[in-house]
Amino acid sequence: MTREDDAMMDAPQINNPKPEELFNVNYLRIYYGNLFPYTDIHKWLSYGHDGKHPGCDEYYFGRREFSFTLENDVYLRYKSFKTASAMEDAIKSHFPYKIDIGAVYSVDPDKRHAYSQTGTNVFTPVERELVFDIDITDYDDVRYCCSGADVCSKCWPLMTVAIKVIHTSLTEDFGFKHILWVFSGRRGVHCWVCDPKARRMTNEQRSAVAEYFRVYKGNENNARKVALMGYSLHPFLARSYVDYLKGFFEGELQATQSIFSSREKYEKILEMISDEDIQSELREKWENSARSSLSEEAISLVRWEQLKNTLQSKKHKAPILRMCVEEIVFTFTYPRIDLEVSKQMNHLLKAPFCVHPKTGRVCVPIDPYNCDEFDPLAVPTLSQLIEEINSGGSRMDVDDDDSDGSLLGKSIKFFRSSFLEPLLKLCKEEIESSYKTKIAKSKDSFSW
Amino acid sequence: MEVIRSQKRTPTNDTVSNPKLPLYFTAPTMEVRLEEFELFAVHRLRVLKGVSDGLARGRNPKEMDETVDTLWRDHMRDPDASVMLNKDIISHFVLRLVYCRSDELKKWFLSMETALFRHRFRLENFQTQRGIVGEFGLPYKAVTGAELEGLKEKLGQVVRSLGQISPNVDAVYYKVPFEEVPDLVATRRVLIQKGYAFVAGSQLVSLVVTQFRAHLSKALILTNRKWTTTIQEREKDRLTPIVEALSTSYVGPDYSQSSEFAEITLKDIDQVAKTSFPLCMRHLFDKLRDDHHLKHGGRMQLGLFLKGVGLKLDDALAFWRAEFTKKVGSERFDKEYAYSIRHNYGKEGKRTDYTPYSCQKIISSAPGAGDHHGCPYRHFSEDNLRAALGRMGLSSRGMEDVMDKVRNKHYQLACTLTFEAVYGTSCDAGINHPNQYFEESQKILKSKTPSAPV
Ligand code: SF4
Ligand SMILES: [Zn+2]
Repeated sequence: MTREDDAMMDAPQINNPKPEELFNVNYLRIYYGNLFPYTDIHKWLSYGHDGKHPGCDEYYFGRREFSFTLENDVYLRYKSFKTASAMEDAIKSHFPYKIDIGAVYSVDPDKRHAYSQTGTNVFTPVERELVFDIDITDYDDVRYCCSGADVCSKCWPLMTVAIKVIHTSLTEDFGFKHILWVFSGRRGVHCWVCDPKARRMTNEQRSAVAEYFRVYKGNENNARKVALMGYSLHPFLARSYVDYLKGFFEGELQATQSIFSSREKYEKILEMISDEDIQSELREKWENSARSSLSEEAISLVRWEQLKNTLQSKKHKAPILRMCVEEIVFTFTYPRIDLEVSKQMNHLLKAPFCVHPKTGRVCVPIDPYNCDEFDPLAVPTLSQLIEEINSGGSRMDVDDDDSDGSLLGKSIKFFRSSFLEPLLKLCKEEIESSYKTKIAKSKDSFSW
Repeated sequence: MEVIRSQKRTPTNDTVSNPKLPLYFTAPTMEVRLEEFELFAVHRLRVLKGVSDGLARGRNPKEMDETVDTLWRDHMRDPDASVMLNKDIISHFVLRLVYCRSDELKKWFLSMETALFRHRFRLENFQTQRGIVGEFGLPYKAVTGAELEGLKEKLGQVVRSLGQISPNVDAVYYKVPFEEVPDLVATRRVLIQKGYAFVAGSQLVSLVVTQFRAHLSKALILTNRKWTTTIQEREKDRLTPIVEALSTSYVGPDYSQSSEFAEITLKDIDQVAKTSFPLCMRHLFDKLRDDHHLKHGGRMQLGLFLKGVGLKLDDALAFWRAEFTKKVGSERFDKEYAYSIRHNYGKEGKRTDYTPYSCQKIISSAPGAGDHHGCPYRHFSEDNLRAALGRMGLSSRGMEDVMDKVRNKHYQLACTLTFEAVYGTSCDAGINHPNQYFEESQKILKSKTPSAPV
């Protein structure tokens, strides 16, 4: 059960096109018939095991779990396919509203029952990308433009910052290189870390990475949601703060959300200061300045400066106030990841290039190095894609190089050149070298 | 050891290389008398049980060091070092047999032996510790010279982030793939760069413990294979009965099946929630009634608890359906939620090891935005906790006692005090499990009302 599903109960919005204009099964037929990049997905999830090298594991792709959610809410788990064309056929005969990708299991998920007869429980996940799921609905207490499943250009930058913070740590700290970021189709992003080392991590190791990213300890019953202890920030947090969070908080976030501009807003922040004297000192100041002629943003900025100065001068008062400014910034801007998804190998995550049934938008990859430019509202929708086909536009045979011009072509091209090609190169090298050591070993053991 | 035989061909002899803390690579080759076989195992079990209690009470690492020291002295120590060492090794290998026989048993034994090893290691001096690192054959190179200089500032930041004022760093650091020290990564106690964690000399324990655990975990699988294929049958008149008896007599109470008291049906549930649920469950229960929804963590925590309390599957389904359908509709309930409820009852999917969560597990969980699970003593703000305790009927005196424990991070003790205040009887065992809370409370309430509850 991912949170993406929770959104399905939200009422459709007024003023927007009717859902069936964005998304319906006929559109989906055309999309899966002409546009969905089967070969690329198959290549990706084969990780170089394409049968061409003697060291390949030809059953690798076949042990991957897929699950389909169909039109009438029927949910098919543990599907698996031997080949790319078997996957294509299944998708074309079911037209799933949603395709999820699960783990690679020890045995073919489709046949797990046959194996379970043997008594020993051999059906276990053996490989899985390290995945992250970040969702804007978890930011409802810090955005004032939208709530729930809605997202606009004012709150989307929260996602952008999240991508930057996490991506930088995955590469700089953990040394991962093959990372795919994907728009979830509506209100969040998914991240797939595909390095061999990441795929082979145990649940314990996954939890460790997930916990490394945890800062936000708050829950509904505690106002101080981020508690930073110690005399300094850990280097990872320090970098995130200096390089991304602080600037974003004081710049873009203030401009779009004016988080101090009204009493209702600033009371939430005052609650995070664990000192009643300071709270009331600031409250008094701000109540008196309520009638100022400044813009909301300007008021908000002034109050933030006042808060910082006050805390600075009272720093010595209590150790709990030492990191209060940072705590506030982290509370508003630090990525809120659904960590449970990352911790278990057998969690499912929506496949890239699916279409979100509520928005009709395609789950396209996001370039982490240019994520500022990504606009969720400009992502192609099913109806736009269909229109493009009908108007005789590119047949989207994305295999030729001029596919750039088409709506989806650009995304597929990015997927290939920035993600798939370097990944497959690495995988091939790995298969080659492990094959060589295997040969060498077997020679050794024959020698005596 | 005559009955078990060598597990591994590695010729390392624990006795020679490290006289104090064996790594149990090889089973001893001496003969063991039957009485010792059992007696040593019982003594070691007392130690492991004590470790388990200490952890359940939420003792911190320092306190655990002391606990382990005392337990070892009380049950295992012998004036003759070689006798003690033999006892140590024999008892360990006997318990491997006892605890290799199911996943549940394996899991318990693995965590307790690992914890025991961790604290015994911590109690050793640096020289011995280095020796053990060598014995595991850990290939890590110390970081020195220019590389260390270049990292000093960041290493100092890590040290300060852990609450030390001065940025003085350790003299020795090891460069280790991050995935080999998951606990240090999870708590951000190390600097990580390009896939490597920089582990301070004083953090060696983490490295070694990971190795120990991995080694033991593999060994238990092998032992299990041997047990099922040969030993069990061959020893059916001699060792097998002892082994089987050992495991059942000493594992802590099992709350996965409901006890004699419990047989709770739908119509009682509101009543008992009010009278007998610990605060964590009461909070979830109330939230569910208010919001008609709980996120995953809450569903698991409350769902498994209710199973332990004796709510039958059909009633459980009805109970959750009644609430969830108000919010998500019955179709979605059947599609998405019913599965996992059946799953918890072992009716769906293969796994059946869903046992109700212990306090330890609940306290160490980390509820996030929108979550209501966890332990209120740990996860609520002071104000919210006070309000909740007020609703449980605590006096202001009682409240202060509880809050005092909370401030000192003794969450289970806080819960125990709440229990004592609510029911007016002492609870010497302390609260270790929400289902234990429930059962103790039912015992008290039933003894007060001899006739059927009104
Ligand atoms: S101490 Fe245990 S029983 Fe008591 S509230 Fe916390 S988790 Fe629940
Ligand atoms: Zn918005």
